[in-house]
Amino acid sequence: MSSHAAEAAVQGHTHRDDVGSKMGMWLFLFTELILFGGMFIVYAVYRFTYQAEFHLAASELDRLVGAVNTIILLTSSLTVAMSITAIQEGKRDLAMLLVGMTIVLALAFLVNKYFEWDHKFAVGLFPGSPDLVNKPPGIVLYFGLYYVMTGLHALHVVIGIVILAVMMGFMKTGTIHQGSYVKLESGGLYWHLVDIIWIFLFPLFYLIH
Amino acid sequence: MEQHDVSTAHHEGAHTVSYARYLMIWVALMMLTGLTVAVAGIDFGDWIIITALTIASVKTLLVLQVFMHLKFEDKIFRVFVLIACMTFVIFITLTFFDYAFR
Repeated sequence: MSSHAAEAAVQGHTHRDDVGSKMGMWLFLFTELILFGGMFIVYAVYRFTYQAEFHLAASELDRLVGAVNTIILLTSSLTVAMSITAIQEGKRDLAMLLVGMTIVLALAFLVNKYFEWDHKFAVGLFPGSPDLVNKPPGIVLYFGLYYVMTGLHALHVVIGIVILAVMMGFMKTGTIHQGSYVKLESGGLYWHLVDIIWIFLFPLFYLIH
Repeated sequence: MEQHDVSTAHHEGAHTVSYARYLMIWVALMMLTGLTVAVAGIDFGDWIIITALTIASVKTLLVLQVFMHLKFEDKIFRVFVLIACMTFVIFITLTFFDYAFR
């Protein structure tokens, strides 16, 4: 605790702009909004064009798996948000535990995703599969969008795990501490964005039948 | 809550959100997830997508405001987010005008 306070005092003399740092992170998140937003627009147009086929294709998805993954991601958002309160209170070990829990939940999400995709592949529902190309265009488009959008989201989960692991390292070495935790806040913001994207992906892909 | 604010760099005055408040938001998010699954089974016709998106938007607002601290940040952050969201809404609207009158 006292060493942290001393470090914080030293940090006070170096140039630091926490508001600016967070603003930069938010600007980056807006580029993510446009990246996923573009795909949501493609989804919207095709869903209106092929309503019946989208409904039919969505029945192939397991709602339970989708719901479980939603609960996992929402909970992981909770733990990473709590880690900021912990670091603000100077409880480094608790903050590290909470970020660690977030990583475990993120891994659980990916394990679920793996089994989900594995099952789809087993029944011949993957991009370019002989079974799928002979199906009506709306179903091909649905699964194309499903794999691209949930795949890009899963990639963000992987990147998020790396970012959170680096944050844990920073807490261990003392780079992030009670007097300076904007890095953890920015890492958390990224993770919450991953959560928000899933909040939309879940009803749009799993709950339309 | 801000007695630990030893560094002068923290001119904005860090806001600490209590664990209980985070937990309450999490409970609300869980309930909304349950609601969105429950109403998905009911056939509202065109309203299915509207209810799904409304619930998702409420969930997003809770995450933005509390988990992402938007409620406690400088006002400029909310202005930023609003501009970004409006830009996206304009993209959607223009796309659908083009698409609907083709």
